[in-house]
Formats: sequence, structure tokens, C-alpha cells
Amino acid sequence: MSESTDVSRAEFCAVACAEVFRGDGEVMASAFGTAPALGVRLAKLTFAPDLVLTDGDAALMVGAPALGTPPSELILESHMPYRKVFDVVWSGRRNLIMMASQIDRTGNQNISAIGDWVKPKAQLIGVRGAPGNTTNHPTSYWVPNHSTRSFVEQVDVVSGVGYERAASAGAPATRFHEIRCVVSNLGVFDFETPEHTMRLRSVHPGGSVDEIVAATGFRLTIPDEVPETRLPTPEELGLLRDVLDPQGLRDREVKP
Amino acid sequence: MADKRLSLVELVGELDSGMTIGIGGWGSRRKPMAAVRALLRSDLDDLTVVSYGGPDVGLLCAAGKVKKVVFPFVTLDSIPTDPHFRAARQAGAVETLEVDEGMFYLGLLAASQRVPFLPTRAGLGSDVLAHNPSLRTVTSPYPDAEELVAMPALTLDAAVVHVNRADAGGSGQILGPDPFFDELFLGAAQRRYVTTERLVATEQFASEGPLQTLCISRLLTDGVIETPGGAHFTACVPDYPRDEGFQRAYASAAGDADAWAAFRQRYLEVDEAGYQEARNQPADAHTGGSR
Repeated sequence: MSESTDVSRAEFCAVACAEVFRGDGEVMASAFGTAPALGVRLAKLTFAPDLVLTDGDAALMVGAPALGTPPSELILESHMPYRKVFDVVWSGRRNLIMMASQIDRTGNQNISAIGDWVKPKAQLIGVRGAPGNTTNHPTSYWVPNHSTRSFVEQVDVVSGVGYERAASAGAPATRFHEIRCVVSNLGVFDFETPEHTMRLRSVHPGGSVDEIVAATGFRLTIPDEVPETRLPTPEELGLLRDVLDPQGLRDREVKP
Repeated sequence: MADKRLSLVELVGELDSGMTIGIGGWGSRRKPMAAVRALLRSDLDDLTVVSYGGPDVGLLCAAGKVKKVVFPFVTLDSIPTDPHFRAARQAGAVETLEVDEGMFYLGLLAASQRVPFLPTRAGLGSDVLAHNPSLRTVTSPYPDAEELVAMPALTLDAAVVHVNRADAGGSGQILGPDPFFDELFLGAAQRRYVTTERLVATEQFASEGPLQTLCISRLLTDGVIETPGGAHFTACVPDYPRDEGFQRAYASAAGDADAWAAFRQRYLEVDEAGYQEARNQPADAHTGGSR
């Protein structure tokens, strides 16, 4: 009997996001999007208990409260206004999952604009902290809508810096640079090739390599054997369903 | 202690077209919206707006007041982007200097400290440098010889921030959890204005909040204006949260010329008292469609 039939796609994504934080000690862990928010909490409650989570406002909080917990019920342990966030970012004591409207083969991310930068087809939110995050501490990305529009040969505006761009900017840019992984609704990707180009690391159960190749706008490196994204343990599944996301927000972001 | 109290009309009277103006707050939080509305009513234009952008940027762009925006993002928080800013950008109607959030902070800090730049790793390798050739790098004079971004001082002609409490001398008290970069906006500016939910006697500060909430010293202030509800519709906790219904009405009116004209007529072509009166009417009036 396969347990995977019972696990939703969003739950595989949450577990894949949790893995981003494996091995981390006392670092500030930030996560944008539902699957990353669940993943960072799951990691803290299981294999990365020393992670320091932010409350989404101006504080560090105790524990890993469920998504949607009212602010009045959070226990805060430290003041972390934006001005201090930069002290943490630039010290490197942070691990982050951002979202990406576009991501490319060498790990550049775009959240600034689609099309021509002077007169864009679509203005997005802006580069935000992506340039500084990627040159100062490990950064990963979450893409809930994997397609040839989001996985592109070259992003339109380099916001988060990928491997090739960092290398061309020299040692000060590569010194603390690491694009740890990319999690999408279809699979998990890393840059563990000689040229640091994107490689398929695992396929979420229920999907296929062919499906991922067709939804990707550039040539992925595909290993001979592509494993499936690991199943949540029974403990992890219980935490996700009963403790962290009893409202089922995860299935609204990624359809089961 | 000098009495620095002003009116919104006097504030606008001290500004000129073509100025570079810093606006405090962050996204759709604690924005000096009463001052922004006063700018909308004025004949000022050709402005360079320097902002952790929210509806301040969207409104000024929609009114055609803006030549250039210096920003790391423009967001309404609960709505990811500001549709009025989006429209201005997609029409190619405004120039931009788009920088990393941390670069922006260092630009204000450099201006506050009267140094030409501050070094940072943020921006290296990104299109922030590629698209803005005016941004330069600098090589460390020490043995590491690292080549870093030299974020230039963001020197402002004027800055305006909104706080929860202030006194007539221009000391400001921020009671919410994050003072953002308001102190640095004022420090970076030649003319410095604080709008406040409530003017209080100096001796009343202590009963409002602890010493560390007294973030803005009068060393940084030239004028103080009492504007109750002056951050509306952005959040000004603990005095009030963001008015999400109003913000939705603001955003959705962007796509429809008639709806936007009605919104403008109801909320922007009136003085601040008229705005506060209109926005306190029942929520169905927020559609801006009522005649």
C-alpha cells in the first residue's frame, strides 16, 4: 500500500521547503508563501529546532504557531524592526525562501517587472531585498505555478542574483552567495552541476520528468536517476494537518 | 522651545515644483497620507519621490505630479502592487531609480551622515546596477580590496513622516512596533516635516509610551502638523489598522476611468476635513460610485 496516494501535492511542497532548513542552527528563517511558511515551521518542530522565526511584522517569535494565529496569541522574544533586519541580512545569519515571478537556468530571480525595464509590460512589486539577500546569505525560491512563463531562459530583470551574474561581479558577490534550491509545484531543483546551472533534484510523486521538461523554458540538467520527493513522515503529516494548517490553506495555494 | 506648528497649507507652501521629496512609512503602513493629499491639491509637479512605496506613490503618479520615483518596491501589502503606479510604469510615464531595500536605507543613512556614499554587497551582480549606470562601485582601500556597491547619499530637499504623537516643538513619538526609516528620511532632508495623529504636551509623552517610543527628536524637525486620521487608509497602529475596504476601493477604481473620477471627486478634490468626513460615511460609499 502506497502512502503517497494520501499525501497532497501541497504537502510534498511543504516538506521540500522544510528541507531547505535542514542543518541550520540559530539563524533567522524567513519564508514567503504558504508552502514555505509551513515548511519553515515543520523544520523547526522537527529537525531544525534552533531556527528563529519572524512574526511577519517587527519581532522574532517563540515556537512555530499555526498559520493564521492572531498576533495577540504570539509570544515574542525579540524586537526586529526593518532597520535591524538589515543587520541580520548583512551578517549572514539568515536563511530565506522568497517567491519568484521568473527564475532562470543560472538562478536569477525576477520580482521587478516583466518585459522592457524602461516601459514594462507588467510592473511587479519591485526588486525588494532580493539583490542584497542573494549576495549575503543562502536564498531559495518557491514557485507555485511552474510553467514556461515562470521558468525562463533568462529573466527580464535580475532581482535576486544567480550564479553566473554573481561570478561576473567577482569575489565580493560570490563570497556569501548560495542559491540553495528551487521548489515548485512540480518538483525540486538545485544548482549542483559543474557550471551551477539548474538541475532536477526530485519529482513530486504523481508527476513526471516529461511533465517538468515540458513546463520549463530552458534545458534542465536531468540526472539518469531522478528520485521522487520524499514522503512526509507520519509525524510530519500530523503536524501539517492538525497543528500548523488545520484550515487547509496549503491546498488553496497548490491544488491537490 | 520653538513652536513649530504648521497647517497642511503652510507645509505645501514651503515646497516647490521639481523638488526631491522623501515620504516616510513602509508600503501601506504609517504613510503621511494627509500630507500626500495636500500635495495632490497643490499645483506642485515634476517631483522626485523617494519612498518605501505604498499608495503615496500611486496617488502622486495618478495625479501626474511625479517625474521620477526612487524605490525598492511599491506595494499595498494586502494587495501586492499599487495599480496606479503600475499604470504609470507601464505607460512609461515616470523615470525610476529602483534599488535594493538595504541600498535605499544606506542612501538615507549616507545623506543623514553627510558622506557621499556607503559601501554594501547589496546590488552586486543584479540589474539594479545594470539599469542604473549612475550607480558606481568602490574598491576597499584595505588589503581585502573588495569591490562593493557605493550607494550614493539620497539627499532630499524635503521629507515628511507621520507619527502617533508629537509636541509643538517637533519631537515625535511612534507607538507602533516599527519606526521604519522615518528618522533617516528626516535626517537626509533639508526641510523636515512631521505630521501626527495628535499633538500633545511634552510632559504627556511618558503616559503614552516608554522612552524608546520617542524616536524623532526635534533636532530633526522644522514643522509639525496635527492631522487626525492623517495616515488613513494606511495602517497607523495602535491608533488604527489599515482600512482594507477603502484600500480595495482605491485599488479597484484604478481600472475604470469613471470610478476613478468619482473617487477623486469624493475624496481628493476636497480639503482634509472633507476627506475625513467622506471616508467616515458608510462603507457602500467607498465604491466611489454614489452620486
